[in-house]
Amino acid sequence: MARDTLTGTRIRERRVILGLKQAELARRAEISASYLNLIEHNRRRIGGKLLLDLAEILGVEPSSLTEGAEAALIAGLREAALTAPASGAEIDRLDEFAGRFPGWARLLADSRSRIETLERSVEALTDRLAHDPQLADALHEMLSTVTAIRSAASILAEPGDIDPEWQRRFHRNIYEDSARLAESSRSLASYLEAEGEAAAKSGTPQEEVEALLEAADYHIAALDEGRAPEEAAEELGTAMSPTARALLRRAFQRYAADAAAMPLGPVMEAVKTTGTDPLALAERFGTDPARAMRRLASLPSGAACGPVGLAICDASGVFTYRRPLPDFPIPRFGADCPLWPLFAALSRPMSVLSRGLHAAGRQSGAVDAIAFAQPSGPPQINREPVFEAHMLIFPTRAGGEGAEEVGITCRICPRSNCPARREPSLLGDAGEQGF
Amino acid sequence: MSSTSKRVLLIEDEPNIIEAISFILSREGLAVETHSDGATANDKLRQALPDLLILDVMLPGKSGYDILRELREDPATATLPVLMLTARGQTRDREMAERAGVSAFMRKPFSNAEMLEQVRALMAGAA
Repeated sequence: MARDTLTGTRIRERRVILGLKQAELARRAEISASYLNLIEHNRRRIGGKLLLDLAEILGVEPSSLTEGAEAALIAGLREAALTAPASGAEIDRLDEFAGRFPGWARLLADSRSRIETLERSVEALTDRLAHDPQLADALHEMLSTVTAIRSAASILAEPGDIDPEWQRRFHRNIYEDSARLAESSRSLASYLEAEGEAAAKSGTPQEEVEALLEAADYHIAALDEGRAPEEAAEELGTAMSPTARALLRRAFQRYAADAAAMPLGPVMEAVKTTGTDPLALAERFGTDPARAMRRLASLPSGAACGPVGLAICDASGVFTYRRPLPDFPIPRFGADCPLWPLFAALSRPMSVLSRGLHAAGRQSGAVDAIAFAQPSGPPQINREPVFEAHMLIFPTRAGGEGAEEVGITCRICPRSNCPARREPSLLGDAGEQGF
Repeated sequence: MSSTSKRVLLIEDEPNIIEAISFILSREGLAVETHSDGATANDKLRQALPDLLILDVMLPGKSGYDILRELREDPATATLPVLMLTARGQTRDREMAERAGVSAFMRKPFSNAEMLEQVRALMAGAA
């Protein structure tokens, strides 16, 4: 994606931050308001003197308008600033910061998200004894054995005569219990060791798989060339934890099945006509819309349909696959916006929902979303199907009129009067948000 | 053992702990009876009617907390001193035991001296 396609977005973002009306900015730049409107919606490219004029009026470096940081980065920085308000980070100059120091900004945003991941791991680990029955059992066993040894040993150590028969019994008990203790402490150590190894890797198994897919740009060429998914998972996932490798195997099996039903060559040809329309593509290949969506999201970069994002969630709303768009991040953890059509699709299975979405509080471009929920497996007699929802997102062509304002997660979403708000936002007035 | 000696019932499933505790309490002049199954613990208790009950939390069949709640509901054992033994010393466990009506609470591994001290204190209180 060309870097300068978002210049208009950045002009608009900056203008809104300054509280400047569109007409006012247009007047001062000596252009018409409707022309500025087109520019702000990235429908007209600008450069040269007009860009310099606008930058001057907006009080920013021209380069920060043309090379502004991506929306996801801004969101990350905003969240970092809002979770530590005492730091006095200059939120009103966020854009400027991200534009002028993109490397530092990325470092800050990445560190913040890493901290969040770690905080969650810590939370899970803090109450370990309550949540890990294996650990609780092992400790109970050890403490019981230690109690028996301690009791018997102190009887023997105390001054005074003990009947030789009892002496022999306690010696034997201590001997037996010490063997038990050796065994249980060894198995506890190896249990904790195996865990430490897995945890040393980056985050959860899901994150390991995501990182691999992201690094491959979501296109696994080996699978499209017909490699067996198990083999490919074994080979690409050598450095992964066993759980992550199992998840990768499953993801690859699905990828391979999709690739077999919709071979790469014909799909690349078809998307020249069907573009990002998963229904048209599904019809051509006689398959279901969900598979067509997955296929669209796994095409190599340069496919005629352009970049698409995809989110898949299970019936409980937990993401099992996420491919974000630069302009439309998809959160990692289950704290998402209920207004996403992905979740609406779960309550209207087998209906294809289409919505324009606009990230609340953000001036970046709108996206079109197509969501569809279908059973995740073949039907079984007398069993309710378990549904799974897919949502394909791609940069809108409709100009974003009437797009629904959705958030990433409530905490950093500024939308007021939201019917789905779950917790007050760190941005703005809690009272106004209905709290 | 003389018929006037105080009687203790120990409900615990770890044989070597049973043996050690029985030994030190007997040496103290107490009559010790033992039982290892949680499910039948309260039957055993009604039949033995001891002066003190030492109760482990983790028992096969039924948890020590449940046994304690049940015996507190029975008028015959409602005021019986009960010393609970547990391998977990978290506040939550202690609170649970207190709600269920425990008299004293000891965390494993305890020393023999601590055990004797608790038993003496509870016996003195009950007398």
